[in-house]
Amino acid sequence: MIHINISKALHGVNGDMNLDIDLNIQQGEFIALTGASGSGKTTLLRILAGLETAKGEIEVKNSFWLKNAKSITPQKRSIGFMHQENSLFLNMNVLQNLLFVKKDLDLALRLLSLTGLTELKDRYPKTLSGGQKQRVSLCRAMMRKPDILLLDEPLSALDAKMRTKLHSEILSLHKEFNTTTIMVSHDPSEIYKLSTRTICLDNGHIIKDGTTKEVLLKSQGSQKFSFEGELLELKEVDVVIIAIVAIGQQIVEIVVSKKEALDLQVGQNVILGTKAFAPTILHPSP
Amino acid sequence: MFEPFYISFKLASITVLILFLISLPLSWYLSQTQSKIKPFLEALTALPIVLPPSVLGFYILVALSQNSPLGAFFQENFDISLVFNFTSLVIASCFYSLPFMVQPLQSGFESLNKNMLEASYLAGKTELQTIFLVALPNIKPALLTAIIITFAHTVGEFGVVLMVGGSIPGETKVASVAIYEMVEIMDYKGAHIYSAIMLSMSFVVLLSVYTFNAKHKRKFGL
Repeated sequence: MIHINISKALHGVNGDMNLDIDLNIQQGEFIALTGASGSGKTTLLRILAGLETAKGEIEVKNSFWLKNAKSITPQKRSIGFMHQENSLFLNMNVLQNLLFVKKDLDLALRLLSLTGLTELKDRYPKTLSGGQKQRVSLCRAMMRKPDILLLDEPLSALDAKMRTKLHSEILSLHKEFNTTTIMVSHDPSEIYKLSTRTICLDNGHIIKDGTTKEVLLKSQGSQKFSFEGELLELKEVDVVIIAIVAIGQQIVEIVVSKKEALDLQVGQNVILGTKAFAPTILHPSP
Repeated sequence: MFEPFYISFKLASITVLILFLISLPLSWYLSQTQSKIKPFLEALTALPIVLPPSVLGFYILVALSQNSPLGAFFQENFDISLVFNFTSLVIASCFYSLPFMVQPLQSGFESLNKNMLEASYLAGKTELQTIFLVALPNIKPALLTAIIITFAHTVGEFGVVLMVGGSIPGETKVASVAIYEMVEIMDYKGAHIYSAIMLSMSFVVLLSVYTFNAKHKRKFGL
């Protein structure tokens, strides 16, 4: 059981704001932390890790990590932390990176085999790909068998295929070690696949907190499908107008009427929905 | 005949050792702090680069002479004179070469990725362990540069040495001063030999530093 009740004044890109968080977390939960950039997600993670100071209390398993301005150092907190990138010790090979945390060869080899890195154990970080580096970083974060695993947008620098691969590894380590995990993420599919609970921050405050399904499947209206995208162009073709919209990595064309087009502006974020009664799913051709 | 070289190298070795011990905490502090006194400390550290050696030598002479509180203290309590001997050369060299040790180390430490240092703290390591096990091994080129340049710069110093140490054979007469004196008495043969040795050694040392750094960068990407 983890109890967090902290506040901190932040001077972010959007001006000054107050990070105010009051949160209870159960052992074994997988929490996704989401929200616009500058909303305080990473700061919250860093406060939990002891890398930044804050006022208030943090209580983990009946011991206080922060209380009455007395804060224990990151070294003494049972934390696994995975940075967005570039956190491996460049002077050590993969195995040494793990053993640096704890001299436990059995655990290190087990983690490497769980993530399919056994072959790479003697390689130096410079020779690894981005995905491999993050997997090593994940293994290293587990070396202390931490009470809390903190993931700060761990996969945002990777391509979609590598992400999918790492999702299952993160999930299997989370279950295997029965740790409590908090992950900062912007990617809805990632959040849906991994987390059991989603917390959405805005301007330093929690604006949504619920099971991931509740928070994510909150479509407005009664669309069966809805996608968010950016309107790139409005093309007039004969009597209709075609809107070109970017959804993720895809560009799609939608027919809109002239009247609808009046409300639209290029550059706007739009939601595409359909009320199809017989939806079809097309497999992307290989 | 080569005694001045021996003195030069002895002086440079001792200076490097002392400066490394002083500069390691100083440069680490400067690289990690956001305190307001940082520019002040940086300016102070860089002073020997811009000051004429004679100015530096003059102040050191004044500060260490028997008329100063410091000089008088050592004279009275330990019967040690702090000027015109080898000890005074070491003290003067430590001031003179300080920036050449601090600056490469500091920029080396600053170039390290913050995430990597944090990862070390999160791995339960203290700041001291982090410096020796993570920071220093990852700035080997900067470390080597700092040590070699400090050594070479100390061997090459002239003005300060002359001011503070005089030119006592076997005690404070270093190679650069010896060359100066040879030229003065028109011993060009000796001056040629000494100068050629200085020139070739300096070149070989610098060449090996740059070769090492290039190799290191290829291997570790640092």
